[in-house]
Amino acid sequence: MSGLPLTPPPTAPQPTTPPPALVEPQGRTALRHRLAERGVDRTLLLVVPAALAMIALFCYPFLYGLQLSFQPTKGGALGAYQQFFSEPFSRKSIWATFSLAIPAALINVGVSVPISYRMRRDFRGKRLLLALLVVPITLGTVLTAEGILEFFGPAGWFNRTLHLLGLADSPVKLTMNYTGVLLSLIISGFPFAYLLTHSYLSGIHPSLEKAASTLGAGWWQRFRYITLPLLLPGLMTTFSLSFVMAFAVFPSAMMVGDPNGSTHVISIEAYQAALERFDYAQGSADAMIMTALMLVVLGAIAGLRSQLYRGSTGGKG
Amino acid sequence: MSAVTDMTGTTAQSKGVPAPRAAGNRPESQIGELRISGLSRAYGAHTALHSLDLTIRGGEFVALLGPSGCGKTTALNCLAGLLPLTSGRIELDGRRMDTVPPEKRGFGMVFQNYALFPHLTVRANVAFGLKMRGTGKAETRRRVDEVLRLVQLTEQAHKHPGQLSGGQQQRVAIARAIVMEPALVLMDEPLSNLDAALRLEMRSEIRRIHQEFGLTTVYVTHDQEEALSLADRLVVLHAGRVSQIGTPAELYEHPADPHVAAFMGYRNMLTLNVVSSHGTQAVAQRPGLRLAGTVVGEAPVAEGQEVTVAIRPEDLRIAEDGEEPNARAVAEVVEYHGRALHVEAVTREGDRIHVKAQREVRPGDALAVAVDTDRALLFPASAAADGTDGAGGTHGADGTDEAGSPDASSGSPDAPAEEVSG
Amino acid sequence: MSAHTIGVARAPRRGITLRPGAWLTWAALVFFFVNLLGVIATVLLNSFGGRWFATWLPSGWTGHWYGDAWKEFNLGRVLGTTVEVTFLVVLVSLVLAVPASYALARQNFPGKKLLTILFVLPILVPPIAYGIPMATVLYKVHLAGTLTGVVLANLVPSIPFVIFTMTPFIEQIDPKIESAARMCGASTWTVLTRVLSPLLLPGMLAAGILVLVRTFGMFELTFLTAGSTSQTLIVALFSAVNSAGIRSTQSIDAMAVLYTGTMAVLLLVALRFVNPTQLIARSSD
Repeated sequence: MSGLPLTPPPTAPQPTTPPPALVEPQGRTALRHRLAERGVDRTLLLVVPAALAMIALFCYPFLYGLQLSFQPTKGGALGAYQQFFSEPFSRKSIWATFSLAIPAALINVGVSVPISYRMRRDFRGKRLLLALLVVPITLGTVLTAEGILEFFGPAGWFNRTLHLLGLADSPVKLTMNYTGVLLSLIISGFPFAYLLTHSYLSGIHPSLEKAASTLGAGWWQRFRYITLPLLLPGLMTTFSLSFVMAFAVFPSAMMVGDPNGSTHVISIEAYQAALERFDYAQGSADAMIMTALMLVVLGAIAGLRSQLYRGSTGGKG
Repeated sequence: MSAVTDMTGTTAQSKGVPAPRAAGNRPESQIGELRISGLSRAYGAHTALHSLDLTIRGGEFVALLGPSGCGKTTALNCLAGLLPLTSGRIELDGRRMDTVPPEKRGFGMVFQNYALFPHLTVRANVAFGLKMRGTGKAETRRRVDEVLRLVQLTEQAHKHPGQLSGGQQQRVAIARAIVMEPALVLMDEPLSNLDAALRLEMRSEIRRIHQEFGLTTVYVTHDQEEALSLADRLVVLHAGRVSQIGTPAELYEHPADPHVAAFMGYRNMLTLNVVSSHGTQAVAQRPGLRLAGTVVGEAPVAEGQEVTVAIRPEDLRIAEDGEEPNARAVAEVVEYHGRALHVEAVTREGDRIHVKAQREVRPGDALAVAVDTDRALLFPASAAADGTDGAGGTHGADGTDEAGSPDASSGSPDAPAEEVSG
Repeated sequence: MSAHTIGVARAPRRGITLRPGAWLTWAALVFFFVNLLGVIATVLLNSFGGRWFATWLPSGWTGHWYGDAWKEFNLGRVLGTTVEVTFLVVLVSLVLAVPASYALARQNFPGKKLLTILFVLPILVPPIAYGIPMATVLYKVHLAGTLTGVVLANLVPSIPFVIFTMTPFIEQIDPKIESAARMCGASTWTVLTRVLSPLLLPGMLAAGILVLVRTFGMFELTFLTAGSTSQTLIVALFSAVNSAGIRSTQSIDAMAVLYTGTMAVLLLVALRFVNPTQLIARSSD
């Protein structure tokens, strides 16, 4: 099982700066051809503005933040990091973040799979359904949070309905706590996971399932042995992206959660350090910890994913 | 009668291939007959397939032939159970099959794009069906090994489909379909993705496997040459209706309507007016062309009636000295085809005719061409009108059984042995 | 939709035989949508409502919260800023990213992998995590709180987003078309303006609309970098909610409805040009 073809490793010392041409007259053309052979020609200049913009706007601030995080007002180079891990309140924010992000991502992906598997074929109104699913994504976290406060609140329609149906005597507390944030993560995250899963699923050629069924596989066997293995890499990507979204939860943790208690997530910790206490070094350190944690998770998923079959999911194999 | 006569045999042994090593105790055929009656399929208002009646006997190789969109793939998918029927029924040895889901039918299918499972090795692809049936490990291994040897893929067993060439993928697809020893193998244009040389090679491979395993095969294609060389019996479809069912020789020699004729290589098709008719023969003409031909169908033609004449290029001769030619034309394009030249010539009236010439012809040469009466087929105009002829439209269902018997091709020359249309 | 629809030959139309699995699927979706509708509807109703305590519906109906919100939150200026920021971000990110996506789609070169990572990271790293250092840098160069700062910050996720939206559009254009144009004697410039641009236009339109929608809804980055004069609608909304108490929730909801309404219009426009999956696909992987 060979990997996808990657760009060739730079075996030559470096492709961009040429070795001095020995034969001067032909050296120039030959070099141009050699570089073009490796894909280096004037077309590449097109990428420069965007790359520079990213370096200036993303890499530079990030690295600036990194070095800033090693210059706290007290405690030496690693003072800010020590501060983060020694203070229980901030240390616990890691737990708060993961305990929101992982269940949210699992629920969103886990529910998306059966639903999109059932709906993989065309039916009337499918496009409308897909369009409706986009709505919560674009509502934005703030409006969703506001709606959750009112809809799921103690006097909201949800609790009133529960009461009407006799399912609950007193209002169930669904906002200003962990549940509220989880709800908001599902409302904005489920459509995202569903649409991604759906597009991965439709990338699997329908003839594969047909072939399996002519070979005697029932629907569960078709799913278990054909669709799921082919879908799994896509599912892991979907999980990663759902996780990233949930991991970065910020406004809803503030608005419908309990920002100084159970939903004191790491982004709130960083925000408070930097923009409420104006401790930029601490804020930057928190941001770096946040990034590192997220990259670790993504790396782990990517590592897992590389163990799987990856390649075409079309009919030709 | 030409080289195709040896294709008319219906049994697997007709080619005299000695029984090969892998199938010393070759099963004759697992099934008696598969009866399809009134099979039709509509997509909304559009009917893709009109009432197909066909009986396939065990061991037979049947090809569904027609241009794209004629309903042949629809028919195959209905047979496989991948598409629900709009009406009709399918029975296998008296057992009703059309209500059975595809995984329970026990048919093997080779898909046009092969539909190999990209995440499984060749061995696992082939073993998939056996695994679904819960066949034991040792038995699975034995049968997969045998089939892989048969399709000559033993070396490739551990590879993934993505690492194989087109021809190899194709053979995996066949191996996967036949390892179950299915009652019926369905093939959906399995050769259309291959290049010309490989296609020829795989063609004989498919025929060989069909014989060695004693399979019953339904094969969909739009390539008449493929169908003629592979099948015991052909079903020609046009716009969702059956134009004709018969052996290759029957279709080749006695096409039932102009569509079939066009498919069978009758490249010269012109509209003529009947001048006089005499039984099954008639004389017809248009400016610059006058010929005597054989009328197809039972209805006699009347004077003045419009007919379509169909003549194969190889049946048009350069007129001999002293013979009255049927037409005069000037050669325009000459193609070298090995032992013969293919000449495209234009009459003074602008009609294009295709002639196969045995002697040297150069562009610009004047040609006098002639055709024998029995090689010029005249189709009454009503038959040409979109398959809605009333003549042969009613006796389809009961007439299918006799078709394809080896002696059918020696039937009378003026009536097609088999004609079914819905 | 039953699991056996592939096979079962019965009733092709209307034959939605609802099995338990199908019931569950639909029930889950309906439950989701009912709650979603509830979330949106309460906000909408509240913005038109009079007093609303412990009842199913508000006690009366009024439209004056909108006027209040408009004055109270200075929405005229906020909307102006929002439009300004959004269009600047769309324009700049298209100008910078479209050429880059062309090179990335067409060329294989040493370091392409690295470059791809450079463009993927801003999409993956949480906006808060790079927004905080970025706000610090903007502060240092005296751009904190300005419109320029907000636009610059929003470019960070937008440029990669355009690149990854455009790449498939470009890949599906056969490179032979460009070769053909060159063989017909077209110069690079002509190829670009006469051949590629018309073909790329749908992709650019899609990418532009997607960036528009996303920038309009981008909270974190704008929140971290905006000052009182450069905040967009969503940030104003958040600030209003968080400093609530003195203000009525109705006028906040009125603002939220204005936000949602604008978003809905943008979405309807967007869905005319792109399919729903594109709205969310964030990376090419």
